[in-house]
Amino acid sequence: MKLLVKGGRVVDPAGGVDDVRNVVIDRGRVEAVESGEVPETAFDRVIDASGLVVFPGLIDMHVHLREPGFEDKETIETGTRSAAAGGFTTVAAMPNTDPAIDNRAHVEFVRSKAERFGYCNVVVVGAITKGRQGAELAEIGDLVDAGAVAISDDGNTVMNSEIMRRAMEYLRMYDIPMIVHCEDETLAADGVMNEGYNSTRLGLKGISRLAEEIIVARDVMMAEKLGARIHVAHISTRDAVDMVRRAKARGVRVTCEVTPHHFSLTDDEMEKYDANYKMRPPLRTPDDIQALIEGLQDGTIDAIASDHAPHTEEEKDVELDYAPDGVIGLETTLTVSLTNLVCSGALSLSQLAQKLSANPARILGLSGRGSLSRGSVADLTLVDVDAERVIESRLFESKARNTPFEGSRGRGKVISVIASGRVVYDGGAIVDRTQREQYAC
Amino acid sequence: MALRRKDLLGLEDLTREEIELILDTAEPCKQIFTRDIRKLPTLRGKTMVNLFYEPSTRTRTSFELAGKWMSADVINIAASSSSVVKGESLKDTVRTLESLGANIIVMRHRAAGAPHFLARSVDAAVVNAGDGAHEHPTQALLDLYTIREKKGRIEGLKVLIVGDILHSRVAKSNIWGLTKMGASVTVVGPPTLIPPEIEKTGVKVSYNLDEAIRDVDAINVLRIQLERQKKGLFPSTREYINLYGLNRHRLAKAREDVLVLHPGPANLGIEITQEVATCDRSAIAEQVTNGVAVRMALLYLISGGGRQHEAAG
Repeated sequence: MKLLVKGGRVVDPAGGVDDVRNVVIDRGRVEAVESGEVPETAFDRVIDASGLVVFPGLIDMHVHLREPGFEDKETIETGTRSAAAGGFTTVAAMPNTDPAIDNRAHVEFVRSKAERFGYCNVVVVGAITKGRQGAELAEIGDLVDAGAVAISDDGNTVMNSEIMRRAMEYLRMYDIPMIVHCEDETLAADGVMNEGYNSTRLGLKGISRLAEEIIVARDVMMAEKLGARIHVAHISTRDAVDMVRRAKARGVRVTCEVTPHHFSLTDDEMEKYDANYKMRPPLRTPDDIQALIEGLQDGTIDAIASDHAPHTEEEKDVELDYAPDGVIGLETTLTVSLTNLVCSGALSLSQLAQKLSANPARILGLSGRGSLSRGSVADLTLVDVDAERVIESRLFESKARNTPFEGSRGRGKVISVIASGRVVYDGGAIVDRTQREQYAC
Repeated sequence: MALRRKDLLGLEDLTREEIELILDTAEPCKQIFTRDIRKLPTLRGKTMVNLFYEPSTRTRTSFELAGKWMSADVINIAASSSSVVKGESLKDTVRTLESLGANIIVMRHRAAGAPHFLARSVDAAVVNAGDGAHEHPTQALLDLYTIREKKGRIEGLKVLIVGDILHSRVAKSNIWGLTKMGASVTVVGPPTLIPPEIEKTGVKVSYNLDEAIRDVDAINVLRIQLERQKKGLFPSTREYINLYGLNRHRLAKAREDVLVLHPGPANLGIEITQEVATCDRSAIAEQVTNGVAVRMALLYLISGGGRQHEAAG
């Protein structure tokens, strides 16, 4: 099957393209990205992309698919439907499931479920320690052999510095990054929001920014001394960004990501006492947002990741102190990023494509993804970047509704998504798996 | 005049005029204490629920009396004896109460913002009787009432709040109320019990009670939760008493006419000695009486009291 995506503005920083092009797809691969007339009759299907931006398929390197163990919140099927609807062709599944993804069998389970029920490519992040308990190393070699693209105890910090050191040393055998969740658990404790004037005013237990910064400092120092490669998840404070910036300048192998909620919302939101603003790290201040945007602009922050963390309505619609942490983001990340970064003039479309596709592919070592150069996997996200959109959770493909962006207005609608050559989202709607095969290319 | 709001969740969002309205309305309410028959028909036919998720004697009793003296049907629910122990959610509990016809829900809850969460989902008036470390508006209103009654004014007074400001909802509500009414407020306590950026509320911060106590018109002593010591917030009860306990010797450094308040229940011999708590400068007993009057005024106003007169006028 041959597919032609015709006349869109191809924004592919890794391939050095930002111009109107036709993308020729054959048997799941990009065969050509070319200008000029292409005879349509040579194709099984032609998608008219005129007026749209064609990104290399977006990659969300931080997603909680919740399966196995928490299928009431999300499943691999609903989570990847949500991903496809949000423009993502690859998601990295975090290992804080039940059981945790800490051995080969669990990696294989997620991969095979994704293979059978997924709407996009799923790569697996394995745990650093058994059961994510921070006490004993997981079988990292076996995890890598089973296909894990990174390791992380995300949700927990490996508080024991000796274990962390050994994990980093052990990882020298493999060229995968360790994704670090930076939060000193003794400092963060049972805090529910950023510590500052607002936590004082609202009577909510604050989480000191030191909780994040101390562990960023520790992990950067360890990575530097041990030569490990680390990726800082959901960075959120000015000083943490500064530490990564200085470490990069020294040649430390460190990358980092930011979530849309951290660069868009502040802890002022907490006065609603609404658990859809409760997550870790917590929403910070306007000054931190400024620093996060500067970090995105100067390349200190490599990636934008949703930290999609689905929870049920019953879990979230309770007293703030009792609600679990986390918000969903697969179906809002692109709109929020276009609105708050591109429309505001902070980033170009090409820079956005780096943060949402090229860089995550590079960090996770996803060969053939994150670019539309000839021979790449045919992952394409077609977006009407000017379209106005009101975010409405009732329209989400995700099982969950816990978004902090409910009702907000923005720019950018996903129109079509092609993942590994298959049209998974078409004209603004999911192509159900059962009907998909006719479009497979 | 009328209170144009459905709920009373905190003093942060009340105006000075609204606070004055409640205090002014409380004055005639207080006279009921001197009557033979303590019953007014004001809230006849209204159902008021005291929903207490934390133990409380004085606040709950005070609300209960205020409701009963105004002829409301008062129901008390203590979380330990309700279906909460069966795992019922707050939202579900409150929906049930509303279906049973509750007009006013008075809630005490250990989680800050629980009354806000509740107020969003019910039509009944919600009165915050203390939410976590956030606010305890009726306590602050009765403190304001007591200060005004004893000092004749609040504007221009210097008020000291002593103790665990970090965890104290009483302190937060007092700060909002006092500063809105024109008092100048200093909070004093160990740095570990002073919340971050509290100065932004307009208060001064001191760590030294012996200095801060000079020249103030009123001292509000907070209850110190002894379990905070285990969390490393202060080294020992002994050291706390040494530095921040209000005793006769410390009080001697204050002005002759200083007013001593405590929201209760006091750890006598710790944050305040029994001698000081019962001395002639202490208004602690009066606070309890005033609490009923202030809550009567509030229940009247929150139920729409005053609106008819206003419409007629």
